[in-house]
Amino acid sequence: MFKLEKTDLSLLVIVAVLTMFAPFILNPFPADSAMAQFNAGYPDLMQRFVIFGVFAIGFNILFGLTGYLSFGHAAFLGVGSYAAVWMFKLLSMNVVPAIILSVIVAGLFSLVIGFVSLRRSGIYFSILTLAFAQMMFALAYSVLTPITGGETGLQLALDDPRILGVSQTAGGNIPVPSIFGLEMRSSAELALGAWSFTFNVGYYFCALIMLVSFYVAIRIFRSPFGMMLRAVKSNQQRMNYTGLNSKPYTLAAFVISGMYAGLAGGLMASMDPLAGAERMQWTASGEVVLMTILGGVGTLIGPVLGAGFIKYFENIFSKINSTILHEWFAFLPDGLEDLLVNVLYPFIGKGWHLTLGILFMLVVIYLPGGLVEGGQRVNGWFRNRGAKKSTTKTTPAE
Amino acid sequence: MGILEVKNVGKRFGGLQALGDVNLSVKENSVHAIIGPNGAGKSTLLNCLVGKLIPDTGSVMFDGQSVLGRAPYEINQMGISRVFQTPEIFGDLSVLENMMIPCFAKRDGAFEMNAFSDVMSQKDVLEKAEHMLEEMNMADKRHMHAAAMSRGDKRRLEIGMCLSQEPRLLLLDEPTAGMARADTNNTIDLLKEISDQRDITIAIIEHDMHVVFSLANRITVLAQGTPLVEDDPENIRGNPKVREAYLGETA
Repeated sequence: MFKLEKTDLSLLVIVAVLTMFAPFILNPFPADSAMAQFNAGYPDLMQRFVIFGVFAIGFNILFGLTGYLSFGHAAFLGVGSYAAVWMFKLLSMNVVPAIILSVIVAGLFSLVIGFVSLRRSGIYFSILTLAFAQMMFALAYSVLTPITGGETGLQLALDDPRILGVSQTAGGNIPVPSIFGLEMRSSAELALGAWSFTFNVGYYFCALIMLVSFYVAIRIFRSPFGMMLRAVKSNQQRMNYTGLNSKPYTLAAFVISGMYAGLAGGLMASMDPLAGAERMQWTASGEVVLMTILGGVGTLIGPVLGAGFIKYFENIFSKINSTILHEWFAFLPDGLEDLLVNVLYPFIGKGWHLTLGILFMLVVIYLPGGLVEGGQRVNGWFRNRGAKKSTTKTTPAE
Repeated sequence: MGILEVKNVGKRFGGLQALGDVNLSVKENSVHAIIGPNGAGKSTLLNCLVGKLIPDTGSVMFDGQSVLGRAPYEINQMGISRVFQTPEIFGDLSVLENMMIPCFAKRDGAFEMNAFSDVMSQKDVLEKAEHMLEEMNMADKRHMHAAAMSRGDKRRLEIGMCLSQEPRLLLLDEPTAGMARADTNNTIDLLKEISDQRDITIAIIEHDMHVVFSLANRITVLAQGTPLVEDDPENIRGNPKVREAYLGETA
């Protein structure tokens, strides 16, 4: 099916099932229980999971396959967001043309930036992409304010033309992004006993696009083109002396991953129609590098896992504050409770970066293959145990 | 008229005249060895042939066409394959994939955006690569990580990769450097087999006289950037000039 090998197909099916049932899977705790704050099944966060999944999948096509580490990919995400918002302002609130334009614009930008940056490799390439991204960030923040909205960001207004749509709704409001009339923000709620689950149009739209992106990435990984990209990473010298021109291959990979980033940017703007320059800052570029490495560079599923992991931490850990910690440890004697809370406090709330940093170091040092390697090790460990058990069971035959 | 014609090639690195005035003609289907003491300019000459360096003066013609100013991949597509001193293979890829890449390069040219078909569905390339692995006696290693193989096997794979492109000229840069005696002899046998069975010209740069005299049917001796003599192996052996270049004047 879909012209995929068995293992790849099962991976695709697993990802499809997980994303389709995410509203259930991410909401394991009853709505009014103490653990409810660990629920991640609300639309805003779920959308972020899949959008950053798209971003990381695309980044992995460049970094994972060719080994070229770009530190400026957030620039393409930002460009994609601006393009989508402009489409909302000028054309209509339909997300389809907006997303198409964001992919195209990001592709054009990555073609130019890639063409220049790929003249160098290794650390110099990384620095060049970083320089380009920071330049674009600075321009968007200041000089290009008429196009980008500068510090406030690019927002929709009541007097935007929207040629194919309406400037304002009958009630005098700015219309919201939709797909052929179906609003992105509309949701259906399902209450099952103490649990409640939200099914959001925007989430499912993003999830479907992520599945398509994932499928395309699998095809690229398994294609002759993907093999050439791995050859670029492995030995460019041999490649050039084998009659292959490595430059167009790396440029193509760069443009494809730039287009993925633009797609992610367009989706972001479709969920919340505003775009700010901070999306292009180098910290945002660094984040996708972290996601890819944390999940597993060069693996298919790794970047998606990494994106989910980091976004979960960012949104859930950062919400825990000292009051919540005191509640948790209320059963302990006062002195001990305060001590424990004080010890844990730097790692939660605004300190979530510290926790993430420590986790990142642990992964890089002990699991260089990222979470995927971790999963494989656990799997292997279970299999070994299973194998041992079955042998011990069969030996006493009497 | 040889398949490779080098005329008046000179190359200078700052104050060092690496190649003076090199003339060389490699005949089709011959095995031509280029020998010379350290610093004679053998590697510089080779790099001028494959596009890594551009000579300051002179011309390099392959099969009637100039190779000067062309990128290494273009020269390779013209029909010149190069084997490196330390085997250059795709270490992160499997042996089969290593063999498939040159087959793709032969079929599709320097760049082909073939991003949606499965590698394993490219039956012609797959068959050719499998066939080549069998010829190289490496079929049982096809799923091995190329980097995990022994030095001798890597060399064998590299030569096989070059041959799968069906080159007209195979350039070898000290193919047995750093090899054990047994591996060296295996490589000699392999190269002999290749030159006997295929329609191919081999140019070889080598230090090891044992390798040179077992393979070559024409030898050029380089010394200090200029060709000293070009002759048949029998005559080179006894040539006093060659002895002098290698062993010093007092020898």
